Amino acid sequence: MNRINKLFKEREGDILSVYFTAGYPQLDDTLKIAKSLEEAGADLIEIGMPFSDPVADGPTIQESNKKALDNGMSIKVLFDQLKELRKEVSMPVILMGYINPILQYGVEQFCESCKAVGVDGLIIPDLPIAEYLKTHKTVFDKYDLKNVFLVTPQTSVERILTIDQHSDSFIYMVSSAGTTGAKTAFSEENTKYFKRINNMGLANPTLIGFGISNSETFQQAAHYSRGAIIGSAFIKLLATSKERDSISEFVKEIRGKMQDKRQKK
Amino acid sequence: MKFDVDKDGYYGNFGGAYIPEMLYPNVEELRLNYLEVINSSSFKEEFDSLLTHYVGRPTPLYLANRLSEFYKTSIYLKREDLCHTGAHKVNNTIGQIILAKRLGKQKIIAETGAGQHGVATATVCALMGMECFVYMGEIDIERQKPNVERMRLLGATVVPAKSGSKTLKDATNEAMRHWISHPSNTHYIIGSVVGPHPYPDMVTRFQSVISKEIKIQLREQTSSEIPDYVVACVGGGSNAAGAFYHYLDDESVKLIAVEAAGKGNETGQSAATTVLGKAGVLHGSKTLLMQTEDGQVTEPYSISAGLDYPGIGPIHAHLFETGRVTFESVKDDEAMIAGMQLCKLEGIIPAIESAHALAILDKVKFKKEDVVVLNLSGRGDKDLDTYINWKENSI
Repeated sequence: MNRINKLFKEREGDILSVYFTAGYPQLDDTLKIAKSLEEAGADLIEIGMPFSDPVADGPTIQESNKKALDNGMSIKVLFDQLKELRKEVSMPVILMGYINPILQYGVEQFCESCKAVGVDGLIIPDLPIAEYLKTHKTVFDKYDLKNVFLVTPQTSVERILTIDQHSDSFIYMVSSAGTTGAKTAFSEENTKYFKRINNMGLANPTLIGFGISNSETFQQAAHYSRGAIIGSAFIKLLATSKERDSISEFVKEIRGKMQDKRQKK
Repeated sequence: MKFDVDKDGYYGNFGGAYIPEMLYPNVEELRLNYLEVINSSSFKEEFDSLLTHYVGRPTPLYLANRLSEFYKTSIYLKREDLCHTGAHKVNNTIGQIILAKRLGKQKIIAETGAGQHGVATATVCALMGMECFVYMGEIDIERQKPNVERMRLLGATVVPAKSGSKTLKDATNEAMRHWISHPSNTHYIIGSVVGPHPYPDMVTRFQSVISKEIKIQLREQTSSEIPDYVVACVGGGSNAAGAFYHYLDDESVKLIAVEAAGKGNETGQSAATTVLGKAGVLHGSKTLLMQTEDGQVTEPYSISAGLDYPGIGPIHAHLFETGRVTFESVKDDEAMIAGMQLCKLEGIIPAIESAHALAILDKVKFKKEDVVVLNLSGRGDKDLDTYINWKENSI
């Protein structure tokens, strides 16, 4: 069974997914950070493949993309680094990135490499569902790669149902209109939207992302979905320290009171 | 028409709408409504009226006698340089702002490189009383001070794009990010035939007034609406799309698009996308794109700020691939010489973008009886410093 499906099957809630950019802050940090995150108790990681023009990302992730590219990161280099992935890390791993570098690498070759190193899923923000179904689904399926779609507060009910129908892992709920980036709290408008999606009875579980930065926002998000995704706040930490202890401290702080609840399950 | 966009938003292998989910509702709203709105008689009436009384259309089609004599053929200049704000850009901004108003939008955002599209957008926002934010690369803001001041005079807020390479492509990224964050009340006026479907088609339709007029004027002046050649420069490709549009289906008309080769296509300092690019995805569409082997978008170079975009509109990628349009590229120096020649022979100072189109007059062998229509997309007032510096340095 695909590791993502297994995770959602086994874990009822409080799933913590952490995003970081491959090759940031230093080129060869990718695997070390992944390992530290697993040790710290993250449940899922999203490794960002840097792109020169990340339109869906806010300043923090943009900056990390730029730095990673300057460091020499590319999809080729990343797959080289991930050769040892499954010796070091057992949790599900998702690659996240924009479509153009994948097209240049070759979609089938990319999927083949993903499968070979043990990647479980993909998030490609600028690959809309229509293009995915038309051109890429068959190849992704062939290599058992789960494609994760985003929904936003503006996504229509009809479209959410279509996305649910064509998803087989989880749905990435973007918390509010905006690019990636940390917030300190969710408004009533945010929670209303979380509830609305919750009540739709979707076949796929959801994780909430964009704007999760601390224990408070994580708890709120985990209350309305199966868990949450942290990106920019973690990149900010990496900018100051990438040591195992600080990563462990970061994860513990995000989970806050939930740590206990999670262990009981 | 043979070269029109298909129902999925593609021109052959190029186009589509590669946008993050956050932009889907905005772009979908446009896609579902643009044709109905712009084909309605009340829209056409308002658009035509503004083009006539505000922009100053039809722009003249002028038989450039001394230039024709020099190149021993008949050269007609389509005088888009005489449009209000100094270039063809305003045809599109007029169209899009009427559309935005009809879709109930209150705010307008735009990207700009050299500032021409920014000025054309700020102008129509003032005209319609709409709030206007223009994203412009930090480096371009320094390079194009007068246009920044123009936009501010017109009431627009110029927002510096500080990300990436701090030029046009980054201004476009920032405008898209702004749109992601303000989804419901904002319309994004893209300045060229680029971006996700339906933008390339929409902008092409607004600019197609150029070839519509050429046909009428050419019939009046030569008794045939069919020229032998139509020539236009291509950055993103909006003036070329407009100048070619009504001739695309008539294969007897040879169409020439001129890209900027900067310091030479082999120097790494060029903007000639069809020479140096390959298929890729940027700013919402699949098109020819200048990029590294790893798919990172590269920074183009041209002396003309309006031509240094790393891609071309998907319609042009298709016209290139099918061979319907011949693509040439012209270096900085060749364009500058051609621009200066037009100043001396015809008393017209062309924009350096348009000077690239003029430069192929020296490269293509025209017959004496040929009728050549060249789209003079903009005027060169904005380029005075560049002309003067180039002249001083080349002596």
